[in-house]
This record gives sequence, C-alpha cells and structure tokens, in this order.
Amino acid sequence: MIDILFYVFAALALGGAMGVVAGRNPVASLLSMVVCLASVACIYVLLEAHFLAAVQIIVYAGAIMVLFLFVIMLLNLGHDYQPDLKAGLWSLLAFGLSGAMFGFLGRQFWGSSAMIATAGAAVDAQVEQYGAIGAIARPLYTTYVVPFEITGILLLVAIVGALVLAKRNV
Amino acid sequence: MNGLAPLFFMITSTVKVVTVFSVLMVAVAYTTLAERKISAWLQDRHGPNRVGPWGILQPLADGVKNIAKEETMPGTSAKPYFVLGPMISMIPALVTFAVIPFAAPLPTPWGTVPMIVADVPIGILYIMALSSLGVYGLVLGGWASNNKYAFLGGLRASAQMVSYEVALGLSLVTVLMVTGNVTLTQVVFEQQRLQLWYILPLSLGFILFVISAFAETNRLPFDMPEAESELVTGYHTEYSSMKFSMFFIAEYAHVITQSALMATLFLGGWDIPVWHGDDAFFFQGQWISGFDAAGAPVLAALAWWKTLLTLGMFLLKTGFFVFVYIWVRWTLPRFRYDQVMQLGWKVMLPTALTYVVVIAGTLLVLDEVGVPFGLRFGLVLTAVSAVATGIFVFWLDRDRIIGGASHPARGPLPPRMPSVDVPKLPASVGGD
Repeated sequence: MIDILFYVFAALALGGAMGVVAGRNPVASLLSMVVCLASVACIYVLLEAHFLAAVQIIVYAGAIMVLFLFVIMLLNLGHDYQPDLKAGLWSLLAFGLSGAMFGFLGRQFWGSSAMIATAGAAVDAQVEQYGAIGAIARPLYTTYVVPFEITGILLLVAIVGALVLAKRNV
Repeated sequence: MNGLAPLFFMITSTVKVVTVFSVLMVAVAYTTLAERKISAWLQDRHGPNRVGPWGILQPLADGVKNIAKEETMPGTSAKPYFVLGPMISMIPALVTFAVIPFAAPLPTPWGTVPMIVADVPIGILYIMALSSLGVYGLVLGGWASNNKYAFLGGLRASAQMVSYEVALGLSLVTVLMVTGNVTLTQVVFEQQRLQLWYILPLSLGFILFVISAFAETNRLPFDMPEAESELVTGYHTEYSSMKFSMFFIAEYAHVITQSALMATLFLGGWDIPVWHGDDAFFFQGQWISGFDAAGAPVLAALAWWKTLLTLGMFLLKTGFFVFVYIWVRWTLPRFRYDQVMQLGWKVMLPTALTYVVVIAGTLLVLDEVGVPFGLRFGLVLTAVSAVATGIFVFWLDRDRIIGGASHPARGPLPPRMPSVDVPKLPASVGGD
C-alpha cells in the first residue's frame, strides 16, 4: 500500500516539476509547483516525517507560493509568455547537468541500504524518545544552534538588502 | 497506536469521518440561517421566517435555489482555474476539522474510542498547513474571473492571508510552549491538569489569535477581499449558483473550524470546568486522568454519559464563538485596507513576538524555581499575561490605530460649538 502511494506521489511530484518548466502560463507553472511541493510533502508523510511535511506545506505551499502568486498577478504576466530558454544548446546543457547530478545521487545511495537502515534506526529511537518534533528541535537548538542562528541572520540581511535596493527606485 | 484492533479501528474511523463531515455540513447550513436570524435580531428585523416554522427550512430552500440556478461562465475567464477556485477553497475548510477532539473518549466493549477523527502527531500544524492552502481558491477564483473587482479581491486575499498567518502562528507558539506538544488532545489535557483554561494564563495570546482568526476567515471587520462597498463582492463577483455556494460553504466551514479551534486552544475544548471526572488522555498505552503526587499516572474513569456531556460542552463553546463571529460582523464597521496591513505588520507581529519572548522567559523562570505544573504555575502565568494584556490594550487605544479625525498627528480639532444651556422641561409636561 505504502509502495503504491509512494509511486503515485512520486509521479505527481515529477509531473508537477515538468509542468513548472513546460507550462506557458505563469499561473499554471505556479500551480504545478504547488502540486510538486504538496506531493513531496505527502512522501514525507509516508516516511512518517510528519513535521517536515507540515512545514513544507506551511512555508512553501502556503506562504512562499502565495507570495509568488501575488507577484505574478500583480505584474499581470500575460497568458502567452515566451519561454526564456530556447531549444538547442542550453537545453542540452541543462539536461546533461541534471543527468550528471542524478547519476551522482544514484552512485551515492546505490546499494547503501545497510547504511540507511542503521541511520533510520537511530532516527526512530530519537523520535520514540522526544517525539516527532523534539527529534528535529533538539539537534537544531543544541548541536547546530550556531549555523541555525546564522542562517536566520543571513535571511534578515537578505530582506534588509532587498528593501534597500527597492527603496532606491521608489 | 490506540490499542484498538485494526478492523475495529477502521470501522470507528469510518463512522467518525462520515458523522463529523455530515454534522459539519449541516452546521454550515444552519450557521448561514443563524447569521441571518442574529443579524435580523441585532437590527430589529424579523429575518427569514417564511420557509418552515421560524424559517428553519430556509437553508434547504437556499440549497435548492443554488442548485437550480443558472450557472454562468464568463466568456473571458480562464476556465480551468475558474472552476478550480471554489473547489480549492472548499476542501481545506472541510478537512481541517479532522484533528480537533470533540468529546471525552468513548468506552466500548471492544476498546476505548478516542473522539477525534485523526489524532495525528502534528495536530495543530496540520490545521495551519491546510488552512494556508485555502487562500489559493480565493486568489485563483479572483484572477480567473478576468474582472478587475474580482482580481483586486484576490490580490487582497493573498496579501491579507500572508500577513495575518504570521501573527496567528506566533500566538499559537505560546500555547504550544505551555503545552509542550502540538497535538490538540494534549492541549486539552494540559488545560485540565493546569486547572485553568489557557484564556487566563495566555490572555494576550487569545486576543491575538482571535484577531488573526477573523482576518484569516475574511470575516468583518477584515472582509477586504469581498468588501461590498468597494469591490462589488470581490473575488466571487463572477460566480453564481453552486460555485458561489461552494465559496459560501467554505467561509462558514472556516468560521466553525476556527471557533472549534478557539474553544479547544483557549477554553479547554471538551473539558467541563471545575469537575475533574472527565479528564482523559492517552498516555503510554492507557487512558489516564492525571498524575498523582509521586508522578505516577492515574487511570481515567470513562463512561458513555461523560462522552455525551463533554460533547455538549464542546458544542456549547464552539457555538458561542460562532455567535461571536456573527455578532462582530453585524456590529463593527470594516477597516480600510491600509489599516488592515498596518494592524497586521506594525501591531500584531511585534506584539506577538514580544509576547512569545515574555511567556518563554516566564516559563524558564518557573521551571528554574521548580514550580510544579498546576494551579500555581497557571496563576503566575495569568498575572504576567494580565500585565501584558493591560499594556497592549492601553497602547492600542482607538486614536492611535484607527486614527480618525481626532488623531493628534492631524492637528488640533476644529473648535466645538459653544454649548448652549438647554432648559430642562418640567417633568409634568406632555400629558399626565
């Protein structure tokens, strides 16, 4: 059952991802993106990573994509939108690059089920002890607290930078 | 996980899904009637009273009307999105109710059935996630209509949702910090253990949550996306018959779910006040009612009549908040759009952030001092929150936020008319 659901959501995610680049209408692309994000969230649920799934939906599908939609609608990008990427050399390059990345990923994880099994057991023990959210919160606020906070400051700097840049033109 | 046999779990879950869905749909229908009846009452009118005694069959008539009505499809609309809009807005509104516990668990010969459709481990985050998806329906509907008023409504909806979701989430953080978990069953249980509903220990959180919830449901005074006096009817201007009805159902389902959520988060959910016989929580494979002095779990005494009583309590609290929604709608005027944005970003967000820090600090101090989780713990939090609420309300006086003609920045008011002494009429004038 879980296997079947996995393939369904994986197909949906891939289809959504294809729709983002293939669609000619910006709103259609955005909705495909939402479908893709939601399907990935469903795969997280199948892996019992409930918290990650919820955050994926809240942050990406629920907030960032709504902002994208807002911007697309505000600029009123038309129904006939010319694709930036022309067929030919660029698409070949992009295809080759993504193929290489997939190959690298496959090489990393091919036949490493033993490693995944041990890591999975460790994660299960953590979840058992601290709950689904505690298992994420603990390392985030103890071991990795400095990188976590620095990421926050980085985002703040980005926002301030965007404001400064935008203000100059107003 | 619930200690139930898989088959029994399947059967009870199906029954619960069907029952909750039907009850929710009927409640939505009758909330529309309640809205019209209460508005009539507030405005000294009769309200709908033609269909059935006291108009109680009015929702049925409305349904028939909406189904039988001609369905219009604007020629210049983007059709797939135009059809998709109402669907996307309706589904999240209906499924969010699944994680709200609505009564004490029901003991049966085959095992104890928890009175919640799905006690998922992420509880409240599930509600946040799905309710944040609902806005796509409004935005898409408004955009696909190809009508400038609908379009403006959609734009407003997206901006408003994003703005108020931040404050909503932050006001929830305080609840989750005190509870220590995100499942709503535990939120209810910790309120029973605290012997105080969170409305007192987290009073400012409650105020912030209610304001944000009004904004999230697009109800007056925050109904910017459908402001009738500015945008015809906003995002659903071009919709008719059942498609319009679906937006309508979504709005009322949202109202009911948010009311149930307020009742659960801040008024103890299905908890009956003072009496502790109803306390129940699923803890390490058994139903407990609390912990004794040594910290050992005490088994809960469950009974079917307690389930019924608590269900009644839950419906009462939810009904109260639904009434408040309607009451506010027919009492307060609408904000201006810039005021909505200012309130969201300049008032709600900083206040919620500060409040999270204050509550976190208080919890840290209480834990360090070693106050056990109970009444005393709650009273300290109540005192801190009361001070915070007092400061907030003092700061949020009308002159500053609403900024009408009497705002100090607008200069001195024109001189008032000199008051004239009106001679009082003798009491005997006018008949006897």
